[in-house]
Amino acid sequence: MGREFLEGNEAIARGAMKARCDFFAGYPITPASSILHYMLELVPAIGGTAIQAEDEIASIGFCIGAAMAGRKAMTATSGPGISLYSENIGLAQIGETPLVIVNVQRQGPATGSATKGAEGDIQFTRWVTSGGLPVIALSPATVGEAYELTYRAFNLAEQYRSPVFVLTSKEIGVTRESVDLDAIELPPLVERKRVGDDEEYLPHRFDRPADVPAMSDFGGAHIARYTTSTHDQAAYLTAKPAVIQEMIDHYTAKIDAVADDIALVKRDFQESAETLIISYGITSRSAAVAVREARARGARVSSLVLQTLWPVPQRAILAALDGIRRVIVPEMNMGQYRLEIERLAPTGVAVIGVNKMNTTLISPAEIQRTGGLL
Amino acid sequence: MSTTGAPATPCASYMTDKLGPLPFCPGCGHHVVAKALDQALVKLQLDPHKVVIVTDIGCIGLSDRYFTTNAFHGLHGRAVTYACGLKLARPELTVIALMGDGGCGIGGTHVLNVARRNIGITLIVANNFNYGMTGGQHSVTTPSAGITSTTPWGNVEGPMDLCGTTIAAGAAWVARCTMFDKDLADVMAQALAQPGFALLDVWELCTAYYAPRNRMKKKELDDLLASDGLRLGVLADTPRPEYSARYRAAYETGRAASKRRPAIEVQHGNSVPRQTGIIIAGSAGQKIRSTAALFAQAGMFSGLEATQKDDYPITVMTGHSLAELIFSRQRIDYTAIEAPDYLLVISEDGLISSHDRLQRLPDTCTVYAEQSLDLPVTKARVVRCPIAQAAAQAGRRSVAVIAVAAMLQDTGLFPLDAFARAISTFQEANIAEANLKALKAGAALVSDRLSAD
Ligand SMILES: Cc1ncc(C[n+]2csc(CCOP(=O)(O)OP(=O)(O)O)c2C)c(N)n1
Ligand code: SF4
Ligand SMILES: [Mg+2]
Repeated sequence: MGREFLEGNEAIARGAMKARCDFFAGYPITPASSILHYMLELVPAIGGTAIQAEDEIASIGFCIGAAMAGRKAMTATSGPGISLYSENIGLAQIGETPLVIVNVQRQGPATGSATKGAEGDIQFTRWVTSGGLPVIALSPATVGEAYELTYRAFNLAEQYRSPVFVLTSKEIGVTRESVDLDAIELPPLVERKRVGDDEEYLPHRFDRPADVPAMSDFGGAHIARYTTSTHDQAAYLTAKPAVIQEMIDHYTAKIDAVADDIALVKRDFQESAETLIISYGITSRSAAVAVREARARGARVSSLVLQTLWPVPQRAILAALDGIRRVIVPEMNMGQYRLEIERLAPTGVAVIGVNKMNTTLISPAEIQRTGGLL
Repeated sequence: MSTTGAPATPCASYMTDKLGPLPFCPGCGHHVVAKALDQALVKLQLDPHKVVIVTDIGCIGLSDRYFTTNAFHGLHGRAVTYACGLKLARPELTVIALMGDGGCGIGGTHVLNVARRNIGITLIVANNFNYGMTGGQHSVTTPSAGITSTTPWGNVEGPMDLCGTTIAAGAAWVARCTMFDKDLADVMAQALAQPGFALLDVWELCTAYYAPRNRMKKKELDDLLASDGLRLGVLADTPRPEYSARYRAAYETGRAASKRRPAIEVQHGNSVPRQTGIIIAGSAGQKIRSTAALFAQAGMFSGLEATQKDDYPITVMTGHSLAELIFSRQRIDYTAIEAPDYLLVISEDGLISSHDRLQRLPDTCTVYAEQSLDLPVTKARVVRCPIAQAAAQAGRRSVAVIAVAAMLQDTGLFPLDAFARAISTFQEANIAEANLKALKAGAALVSDRLSAD
């Protein structure tokens, strides 16, 4: 296609289509609504269904039903809608449903500043539903990455039979940028493992905890079962503590075990730097400018940008912390991911937050000032 | 029902006894509903692979596992949503949602909306006038004066008539039965055979709570119907096309010819020295945002990277409209404009929305302003142009094009030809024609009568 002038939300729709998404349900909300509009244009053209549901609960409910019938499903909303998805996200976790959930974050809580940006849903995404099972969340910083990470989110959803979040924000979603999507390198498309028609089928079969069970679509060759209740590998209700723990260990292991393999980070390290900026999302772009400006003044500073936020790319963060004495963590919230860095940073390493939630971007100057780079 | 084939050998039952008897209290109406569903399936001889029973939370939700069809047990009140998702994904399936009266309360909106949309699922409500599973609390169908654990002095809320409500919402097929009706399985089979949405409201007894507390047996159930003036049997039968069929048909006839947007190849040069921020401040209806996008794409034709952010009130047809553009030869990282290099003030709304900014502008900024506007004191260089006057001739919807053309002509950031190229590439012919004229008029403002303060 070549160079285009696109907003992040359109790039998300295009990334979803590149991943052959054929089911979308959503409910309008600024700044995510245009994803619904784009999907209504794109999905029916490949024979799929895109629909505006009566609310967010129905949106994700439609998606879960469709995903279990074999569709590649996505829904998109902003913080208020994620609150309404919450219970169903837990269902998708224990039902092991492949599903992409886009959160175009806006300033909150509650209705907040509907048309303004923030990245305040970082820990909310991690602990989005009861039970505390691990989640996968990717965070783009540019329109191009919105495309790429949405595509990758489908791959992860299919591969790990899990809901996967694309955690973007107003600042990427409705900002237009010059971009060439075709120039972005993508991994091969991943489709869910399916049980052969003649093979025996258990809805949640695994031998080792981290195995991902092969699926059989509702309406296919096997009789399929799915349940929101605590169940065994056959999706039958169980009250046996040993079996219940085995299932919980399975949901946990299949994501935690691959945390480092699915970690997407961008490194810009400088020899013998003792200061490291760890950033993600739109703020990582201010961090890039801050790094350039500081280096131009002779400072030595490294940068680690996280594209995978959950599970925490622990190995990559620990490696980046090697030799570092000060970590600067700028975030458009009051210090949510900083908690993870503080947890990982060796004693003696100062962790400095640069935090703001007033709807304006954190500037390169603010990062340098609060981070002590000036 | 769908057109799928019958099972290879006739099915004598769609239930299994491997899990023992149904788990309900003795005499509970849910036994009757589950068995009637089995008989209805036997009657229709559907392939169990093509049938999904979606159950809600509640005692009735314990029944799906006793069936040999596909089973989907979802969240409280949301059975209809999963059923719709399954049906939309695979219209050939027979999808049955089995829900209590409690589910119809918490998930009421889904019931209304599936009826209205006519998605071809069957909703069977096991309506026992209370929440059995959680200890007999009142529900949306608890009769007036009914005793429940949460209406100990008698229910002061009025009951909802599920059938009447879904009919009002547009349900294509609606029927009411009681657990004592001899033809319950037949009516259920009729419901399953509907191509569109069907609701079957089955009045029955919760023998643990509602029935004993209210001394309700068959006679009292019949009396309740009579006292409410409600009828049994099929109450609505007004077939209309099912949702998926309508969706496909509407898409086929209504879809726009696919608008292929051409890629932007570099065709022109530019003289943008460094990252340059431009703000266009005008009014809603002045095509600020779309003109800014054309401007940005003109920059891309000239070898530049570009970003655009818009700001406007939630009510789109009134008030200010602001577009922030950044051009750069390099990748643009930080997308906020702290001090613009250029500010275009086109209207009074634009002036109000950039008033404070104008006062803070450094002398490195140039302001292009409609000449009739009363600007505050600013350090910026101000260029006043008769933008409105030119727009009165060239067309009011081209006012932003005029302003941008004047600015481009004055600054030479990149050629006006690039702007003309963006206009003719991305706009429909008649609109492009008007805007190309406006572009010329805007450029002429600068060469003819520009006056710098
Ligand atoms: C979100 C949520 N709220 C509350 C509950 C608790 N709960 C379980 S069953 C039920 C009511 C069931 O009543 P009904 O739908 O009439 O089914 P019945 O037990 O009468 O068959 C409630 C409130 C729940 N499971 N989920
Ligand atoms: S509590 Fe009521 S609804 Fe539940 S099984 Fe017992 S009788 Fe039936
Ligand atoms: Mg009930």
